[in-house]
Amino acid sequence: MKPAAFQYFRASTTDEALDRLAQHPGSKVLAGGQSLVPLMNFRLSRPDVLIDINGVADLGRLAIEDGELRIGALVRHRQLAESGDVAGAVPVLPLAAKHIGHWAIRNRGTIGGSVAHADPASELPAALVALQGTVVLRSARGERRVAAEEFFQGFFNTDLGEGELIVEVRIPISKSRFGFNEVVRRPGDFALVGAYVERSGPGGSVTWFGLGGRPERLLVDAWPQDAAGRGTLLEELVEGLPLDVSEDYKRAMAVTVAERAYQQAEGEK
Amino acid sequence: MADERVEVVLRVNGRDHRLEVSPRWTLSDVLRHQVGLTGTHVGCEQGVCGACTVLLDGEPVRSCLIFGVQAEGHNVTTVEGITPESGLSPLQEAFRKHHALQCGYCTPGMLLTAQALLDREPNPSEETIREALTGNLCRCTGYQFIVDAVMAARGQGRGA
Ligand SMILES: Cc1cc2nc3c(=O)[nH]c(=O)nc-3n(C[C@H](O)[C@H](O)[C@H](O)COP(=O)(O)OP(=O)(O)OC[C@H]3O[C@@H](n4cnc5c(N)ncnc54)[C@H](O)[C@@H]3O)c2cc1C
Ligand code: FES
Ligand code: FES
Repeated sequence: MKPAAFQYFRASTTDEALDRLAQHPGSKVLAGGQSLVPLMNFRLSRPDVLIDINGVADLGRLAIEDGELRIGALVRHRQLAESGDVAGAVPVLPLAAKHIGHWAIRNRGTIGGSVAHADPASELPAALVALQGTVVLRSARGERRVAAEEFFQGFFNTDLGEGELIVEVRIPISKSRFGFNEVVRRPGDFALVGAYVERSGPGGSVTWFGLGGRPERLLVDAWPQDAAGRGTLLEELVEGLPLDVSEDYKRAMAVTVAERAYQQAEGEK
Repeated sequence: MADERVEVVLRVNGRDHRLEVSPRWTLSDVLRHQVGLTGTHVGCEQGVCGACTVLLDGEPVRSCLIFGVQAEGHNVTTVEGITPESGLSPLQEAFRKHHALQCGYCTPGMLLTAQALLDREPNPSEETIREALTGNLCRCTGYQFIVDAVMAARGQGRGA
């Protein structure tokens, strides 16, 4: 099918995009278009106004400042996967970004779009939760910062308000070691289940995605040294999640991907 | 809502085209129906199949997921743009020789993705080739012959 008609605006600055958003309630931001345009092609989404932010240079910034990796909303998945700065600061991020879709998808898709879309099976929202990141939002009313753990509220549901634009995400550069793993049916698909594991001193955390409506981060006081002990611990953690994990195979996969992520975190450095 | 028209200049295969387009027209449709280049195939219109893959400033993208108006100011390359005036490019010749196509529906997207890979990395490993092509579906060949063709075209450039 073909998209319904809309008015198209090309913003060249963040302020211009914010003005347009304020002027046109119900308008949609167009970033990489890799989630929005399929929905429009099938007329599941029919915005009256599209505000294209691809020309806003400020939103494409990638920098390390004040002990944080700052990623502009328009940074493409491909840049995350290939940037040496990102790999140096937060090595798990490029590992995960390489698993997003295919080459052509990564060339267009942006972190801001992925975070706004909040598909429960997507890699980057879960990365932000696992890495204790922050989402920076701006609107005509001003700027606010929301912890990723609070930003993601459920299936495709976030704290993003009317007229708000995601301008940046921030990830603290941590001493913890992180590993990542996911299970997909075919390379490039959304994950059935994925996990990030953090090892910090004797303990750390595990963040699962694809199990429920949003990524879930759970703390681990002390990782058992043996795989069997970890398996038992991970099983208990999955059981304790406030989720309707009706499919048993998904529970089993959750334990498997977390163990693999743990192994990867151990191999790092 | 009125289906407005806007004027754009699109640079396709090195030539400028002045066009009146509706913002809702995807680049794939603008290429096929306005520019008249029907080599770009449209399958799923949801980014999955890869038949519509074109190069935007040299990088593979889904032309079904970009609006035509968005391509202004960029260089678009379609399969026609990597085809020599006469004959075939080394990659196309390898596709012919290795039976890398049957119905041909996926072929333009396969060629552009593979060409972009070879432009960037003239001698990719088989694994790299397979990884690059995961986003292009083929219902006919079983992929092996496509991989064989790209392997055979390594190090030969774009030709004429
Ligand atoms: C074939 C295919 C496979 C894919 N596989 C995966 C995968 O494995 N994992 C994965 O995570 N994703 C996958 N994706 C989705 C891809 O990652 C998208 O890029 C991403 O979900 C959305 O980013 P975008 O920049 O394309 O956003 P768009 O499609 O442009 O926008 C998506 C939504 O976010 C809003 N938005 C965008 N930017 C902002 C902003 N700065 N502020 C406020 N709102 C904003 C838009 O209004 C829209 O509602 C896949 C897509 C395709 C087509
Ligand atoms: S038609 Fe564009 S990816 Fe299938
Ligand atoms: S040759 Fe028929 S789909 Fe690939």
